[in-house]
Amino acid sequence: MIYLLLFWEFFQIGLFAVGGGLVTVPFLFDLSEKYAWFTSQELTDMIAISQSTPGPVGINMATFAGYKTASIGGALVATLSEVLPSMIVVYFIAEILNKWRENIYVNKVLEAIRPAVLALILFAGWNIAKITIIDYKSAIILFILLIAMRLYKTSAIFYIIISAIIGVALKI
Amino acid sequence: MISLWKLYALFFKMGIFTFGGGYAMLPILKSEAVEKHKWISEEELLNYYSIGQCTPGIIAVNAASFIGYKLHGIWGLISATMGVISPSLLIIILIAALLSNYMDNQYLQWAFGGIRISVIALIISTVIDMWKKGIKSLRGYIIFVIAGILLWCFNLSAIFIVILAAVSGFIPNFRSKKQ
Repeated sequence: MIYLLLFWEFFQIGLFAVGGGLVTVPFLFDLSEKYAWFTSQELTDMIAISQSTPGPVGINMATFAGYKTASIGGALVATLSEVLPSMIVVYFIAEILNKWRENIYVNKVLEAIRPAVLALILFAGWNIAKITIIDYKSAIILFILLIAMRLYKTSAIFYIIISAIIGVALKI
Repeated sequence: MISLWKLYALFFKMGIFTFGGGYAMLPILKSEAVEKHKWISEEELLNYYSIGQCTPGIIAVNAASFIGYKLHGIWGLISATMGVISPSLLIIILIAALLSNYMDNQYLQWAFGGIRISVIALIISTVIDMWKKGIKSLRGYIIFVIAGILLWCFNLSAIFIVILAAVSGFIPNFRSKKQ
C-alpha cells in the first residue's frame, strides 16, 4: 500500500526535520536510496525547481517527491503527512503559550531568542545573496530596491511582482 | 472576525508569493498579517519564528499554524496551513505533470533572478523594521553579535543557536540589579 508507506515516511520527515524546509533534503535523499520512488538525480532536479517556484521550498519538495512516487494522490499524501506533525506540535505549543503568556521565564526566553532569530534571518538573506549578487548589475538593483523599500513602505508582494518584471526587462 | 475561507484565501495568496524557504515568507507575513490585517504584533511574529525554528516541520507552516490558531483556534490553524500549502500542491503538480522543461524557460529564469534580489532586499528591510522590537537591551545586542559570529564564522546549525540564546535568557542582568 504505497499511500500508507508515503504517509509513514513523510510523517517522519515532518516530525524529525527541525529547522525548516531545507533540513528535509537529507531525509529525501535517504528515501531515494531506500525506495525506487525517485533517483537522487531526479531529486536534485526537484530541489532546484522547488526553489524557483512559488510556495515554501519544503512544501514544494514534498509535493514533488510525492507526485513522482504516486502521482496526484502521492503528492497530496506526502504533503499533508509532512505538515501534520507541525500542526499538532504548534497546536500544543500555542495552547501552552496562551496559558503561560504572563510567565516571566517564558518571556525572558522569548526575548533572548528574538535577537538570535534576527541574526538567522539575515544569514538566510546572506545565503541567497551569495548565489544571486554576482555582478555589478545585481548589486545595483539590490541597492535600488532596498532604498525604494525604505522610502515607500508598501506591501512585500508589490515588490516581488515589480522585481519579476525588472528581472525580465533587464535579463538578470 | 475573519471567516475561515477568507483566512484560507489570504494564506493561499501569501503562499503564492513566497519564493524560497520560510525566511523568504517573513517579509510577506509582516506586510500582510502584521501591517495590513493587524492580526498579530511584530513581537508575536518574531516569537513564532523563534519557536518555529526549534519545533518540527517547515517554518512557513509553523508560522501559518500559529497565526491561524490565534485567530480561530484549531480550525483557523487548519485553514491557514491548508492555505499556505495549496499553491505548492497546484503549481508543483502542474509542473511535474505538464511542464517538464519548466526550468529551461528563459523568461521565467530572468523573472526569478529579479525575485531573488527582491527577496534579499525584503529580508534586509524586514530586519531593519524589526530591529527595535527584537533587540531591546544590551543583552539583546550581545546575543545578536554572538549569534552572527556563530553563523558566519562557524556555520553552526540554527537550532543550536536558538537553544543557546534561550539559555542565555536566564543569565542574570547585572545592570538592572544595581538600580
